[in-house]
Amino acid sequence: MTTHRNIEFTLNGRLVSAQVGNHQNLVEVLQGEGLFGARESCGQGLCGCCTVIVNGSAVSGCLTLAPLIDGADVRTIEESADGKLDVVQQAFIETGAFQCGFCTPGFVLMTRQLLDAHPNPTDDEIRHYLAGNLCRCAAYPEIIKAVRLAAAKRKG
Amino acid sequence: MATILGKSNSGAAMGRSIPRVEAQAKVTGKAEYVHNLRLPGMLYGKVYRSTVAHARIRGIDVSAAQAVPGVYAVYTAADIIKLIPEPYYGPAFHDQPILAVDKVHHVGEPVALVLAADPHVAEAAAQLIDADYEELPAVFDEVEAMTSKAIVHEVLKPAGTFPDLKHLKGKRDTNIALDFHLRRGDAQKAFAEADHVFEHTFRTQQVLHVPLEPFVTVADPTPNQLVIHTASQSPSFVRIEIARLLGWAENKVRVKVPYLGGGFGAKLYIKTEALTAAAALLAGRPVKIALTMEEQFYQITKHAATLRIKSGVTKEGKVTARECEVWWNGGAYADIGPRVTQKSGFTAPGPYDIDHVSIDSYALYTNLPAAGALRGFGIPQLVWAYESHTDMIAKALNIDPLAIRRKNILREGRPQATGTLMRDAGIEKVLERLAERMNWEKAFDRVVVDNGKGTLRRGRGIAIGFKASISPTTSVAIVNVSADGSCMVYCSTVDMGQGSDTAMAQFAAEALGIPVESVTVVHPDTDVTPYDMATLGSRSTYHMGHAVKLAAEDARDKLMQLAKDVGLSAETTPIPDIFRKKYGMQAGNIVGIGSYIPTYTSPDASGQTDNATPFWMIGATGAEVEVDTETGEFKITRLVNLVDVGRPVNPAIVETQISGATMMQLGFTLFERMDFDAGQCTNASLADYKIPGIRDVPLVMENEAVDMVQQSGPFGAKGVGESGTFGVSPAIASAIDDAVGVRLTSLPLTAEAVYRGLRAQAGKPLED
Repeated sequence: MTTHRNIEFTLNGRLVSAQVGNHQNLVEVLQGEGLFGARESCGQGLCGCCTVIVNGSAVSGCLTLAPLIDGADVRTIEESADGKLDVVQQAFIETGAFQCGFCTPGFVLMTRQLLDAHPNPTDDEIRHYLAGNLCRCAAYPEIIKAVRLAAAKRKG
Repeated sequence: MATILGKSNSGAAMGRSIPRVEAQAKVTGKAEYVHNLRLPGMLYGKVYRSTVAHARIRGIDVSAAQAVPGVYAVYTAADIIKLIPEPYYGPAFHDQPILAVDKVHHVGEPVALVLAADPHVAEAAAQLIDADYEELPAVFDEVEAMTSKAIVHEVLKPAGTFPDLKHLKGKRDTNIALDFHLRRGDAQKAFAEADHVFEHTFRTQQVLHVPLEPFVTVADPTPNQLVIHTASQSPSFVRIEIARLLGWAENKVRVKVPYLGGGFGAKLYIKTEALTAAAALLAGRPVKIALTMEEQFYQITKHAATLRIKSGVTKEGKVTARECEVWWNGGAYADIGPRVTQKSGFTAPGPYDIDHVSIDSYALYTNLPAAGALRGFGIPQLVWAYESHTDMIAKALNIDPLAIRRKNILREGRPQATGTLMRDAGIEKVLERLAERMNWEKAFDRVVVDNGKGTLRRGRGIAIGFKASISPTTSVAIVNVSADGSCMVYCSTVDMGQGSDTAMAQFAAEALGIPVESVTVVHPDTDVTPYDMATLGSRSTYHMGHAVKLAAEDARDKLMQLAKDVGLSAETTPIPDIFRKKYGMQAGNIVGIGSYIPTYTSPDASGQTDNATPFWMIGATGAEVEVDTETGEFKITRLVNLVDVGRPVNPAIVETQISGATMMQLGFTLFERMDFDAGQCTNASLADYKIPGIRDVPLVMENEAVDMVQQSGPFGAKGVGESGTFGVSPAIASAIDDAVGVRLTSLPLTAEAVYRGLRAQAGKPLED
């Protein structure tokens, strides 16, 4: 009932190949690679838990079909293999910007992208940019603080 | 420098805002959830669910599903019964079948299960199952369920756990799963003598928890044990209940829980565990069942409720009598609904000092998805009603909302409706601090804010609620000091985001006087961590906090004795030196044990008891809103949340808990609502059921834990997880009323409802 194909893509800087079903999504491909930081939650691209960076842009892993990442550059929350935290991750810890942590990788990745585009975001820009990520624990006030702190840290 | 007992070199552990112990794992995506787990040979289970609300099952045709290549097995109740002859579970009633037996009781009920190594194959095959139903009359409304001819369960089957349910055993032809009654004084006489009598009815809607990690369980039938990895708030209950179903000893079932991606009361008791366990044993292979977001809408929800309150009031605004009738819509399975009915029922008159009280609280079966505990255990529904009622009385008597509360609140040492005297309950303090932060006694500017059209009106409201802790419940903990002075806490409290791992580490460190950094917390594993009733009802900080403190004190005493035995003083000798002196090398352990159950007195036939709860939780909210009189749209411009949490263990995490609870209740207040058509939820996805996002956070939101100490609590602490929810809904409804004179009595508070109110006020009501 399904067809499979081989794809090759760059995963966190390393070239990998995988046998994928045409019906499979990127989250499943990453799970096959032992990466669980992108998590399928709503399954409709509405919650941001499955955020993955594909060719430099944040996408919903649950809505990205596996064959479409053939040849792509894919980066995930697990990108830093040596466990070193970047300023965004540090800021999330320092401000306590999460509770259960299930949505946190998505917020961290979106915050990096936000700060790349707007190094000095206003609160309104933060709220607008992160509106596609949901946190049922509602650590939103702390997330806003984390983004502000990360922006300050980036400026050094 | 090595640690000396009682001389932590990093300062006191209690009251410090240290980051969560698992913070690094969470920001790197490496925190462990059941969702990550896959075992060799594991099969995936997909559930085929009922499409009708109430029906007899004439037959289930699974042949087409079985014929799909890659399908390992398809199971129905007929298969389950071969393994488990009485396949019914539940904390209060044994009413919920592992797969539907003979009848379905709600849309979405599991009827059959497909197993396959490829989850997509299982999913596709499940679509091919066909059940033939003989439909039965259904009942959906909780008040109708009282007298409906549609009976959800022919006979009631109380689990035997709770004494007040025993009289319901074998009862037939009723949908009432518990009727709780409380009588204090003579309410009827007091109504007759009152200057004024007010009566109002309120409604709350069915909503659900929506943890972003949907329910997930992996069951692994090993040769000696059934190992269950599950996203559960109650590992000890899961072990005991699965062992009971199988007729096994407790130690043949092992339940392990890593981190949870949110719980909020959803992941309690048995959810996906029984079906996964049965399937794994039937298949002889590990099985994983992970629900989709849509399936969560059929698993467990929050009670819709109808609440009628009647008060006798003097002309000065003193409430002399109150009568409360509450009907809880429990859906098709009782789950913990009967506890909600009783444990929350007895606080239905609110945090007010009322001499004459009458409460009738009913748990009802209906043909909707089951309802259980959701962050407040019925309290937010009650506060919604009694605080709206309070403001409606105040308005009718032209008394200020703060003044009427000051006149009536339950002060320290006064008896609550059960007769239990209030102790360490910061009701007055929370109310006064809220009034101060809201500048309540200063003039409030309701003048139109210029939006160019002059259609905006401002208003404000306050509300306060309280909750008793569920009682009596047990927590057991072990504290293990290693020979290098580092320490491990073994407890079955589940960290679902509330920060319990961090809090327990802080308690152990505080009791031992060692740095909190040297303490780790072992995650629930029923082979390793001792019994805990469950992580629910804001009970862990108090109950498990006590158990951990006792265990740490036991370890400390044993360590001091060890030092004495080898001729050293534990007060001056680094911990590793004590071990080395005893064992000649870095070897050995000191193990301390703590077990805690608070005192409790069961209520008598009138609901009276001198000891209803080990502690009280208090929460209040103040809201300021702007309402557009042209459209009914409104904006919350300021939300102030005050709680009494005793002494905060970790102030930063406490604040996140307060604002998180408030935001969740804000969703239940403003837009969350499960819509039903003939029992079918018509908005079972995040596309149609909106939960609060970052843009829904009020522009100004302030949170504060008032300066209180819970004298009976571990280091003065008590629970915090739910208190932020209490006052949100009524405070906002009262602010809307204050702004435009429209009083809403049903949740959610939508712009449409406000607009309809405005039109009715203008004598031009809209048609339905």
